[in-house]
Amino acid sequence: MSQTAIETKRTGAAAEGDVASSAGDFVALLKPRVMSLVLFTGLAGMVAAPGQIHPVLAVTALICIAVGAGASGAINMWYDRDIDAGMTRTMNRPIPAGRVAPADALGFGVTLAVGSVAVMGLGVNWVAAGLLALTIGFYVFVYTMWLKRRTPQNIVIGGAAGAFPPMIGWAAVTGDLALMPALLFAIIFFWTPPHFWALSLYKAGEYAKVGVPMLPVVAGEAETRRQIVIYSLILVPLTLVPWGLGLVSLIYGAPAALLGAVFIAGALRVAREKSEAAARALFAFSILYLFLLFALVIADALAGPWFRGI
Amino acid sequence: MQVGGGGVASEMHRRRRGRNIALSLVLGALVVLFYVITIVKMSGGG
Repeated sequence: MSQTAIETKRTGAAAEGDVASSAGDFVALLKPRVMSLVLFTGLAGMVAAPGQIHPVLAVTALICIAVGAGASGAINMWYDRDIDAGMTRTMNRPIPAGRVAPADALGFGVTLAVGSVAVMGLGVNWVAAGLLALTIGFYVFVYTMWLKRRTPQNIVIGGAAGAFPPMIGWAAVTGDLALMPALLFAIIFFWTPPHFWALSLYKAGEYAKVGVPMLPVVAGEAETRRQIVIYSLILVPLTLVPWGLGLVSLIYGAPAALLGAVFIAGALRVAREKSEAAARALFAFSILYLFLLFALVIADALAGPWFRGI
Repeated sequence: MQVGGGGVASEMHRRRRGRNIALSLVLGALVVLFYVITIVKMSGGG
């Protein structure tokens, strides 16, 4: 670690002009792991949409979705730098670790946010650009600034921000919205609470320390486990609605039902065992679950026309 | 404190250089992207 970094780590957040941030520090501000899930669900929305989009514009739309999500992450890290410094999970992020000055992170995030929306609008279409702007605004203003520190429902409502990408992908192709992207939105919306509450069950102490009212902190672990089961029981049938309505085929439906059964089993294990291992297992599986679910949406869109109605 | 001062400066220069290279690549990629989007739009592909 350089002398500068040691100094800034000791004094908390870095001031402007005294840090030599690396390019990697700025990449870390974009929350690359979250970005990959956003990108994948956006791609699924795009592939599932009827109609054609020029491959160059499809790639442009995906870049805009990824950069817009990354911009939200950077602005979120700027705003949350005080609480990030107090939690082991986040204390090594570039701002609390003193590797990026807060103002630099904000400027970086705002530039990318405005740039991604402008390129989406000018290059692809303004419906997709509007949805991207709404997503960024929702994550920054509604989730990060308004809900996160005020209510245990922060994850429930804030989860909508992460649910928009399939809609944006769909709108990039068609220029409008339909039932299928709305269902994909709903799936991520109801997936987010059990996913995040599983994490918060074994990180509750950390959230309590920095004053973020996560459900286990405010309502207790028992209530959180109950809510995880309730949301899982809403989520899994919801994932099967596109199949029930004939919007997708058996290629999606059968594996989705199987994966859903595993998800519910994981949620019930969390409720029954009350162990950290069960919560960790559900958290890890929930990520795989969403990836596989949207991989099935893509597989169905590519191969489904031959199986439609099954 | 002078001890290690040169090392800190060279580390800062190394990082700044890395950042500048990354920014140049991003700007170059944007130029290519905007050019290709323009061609696609003008040929009616968009």
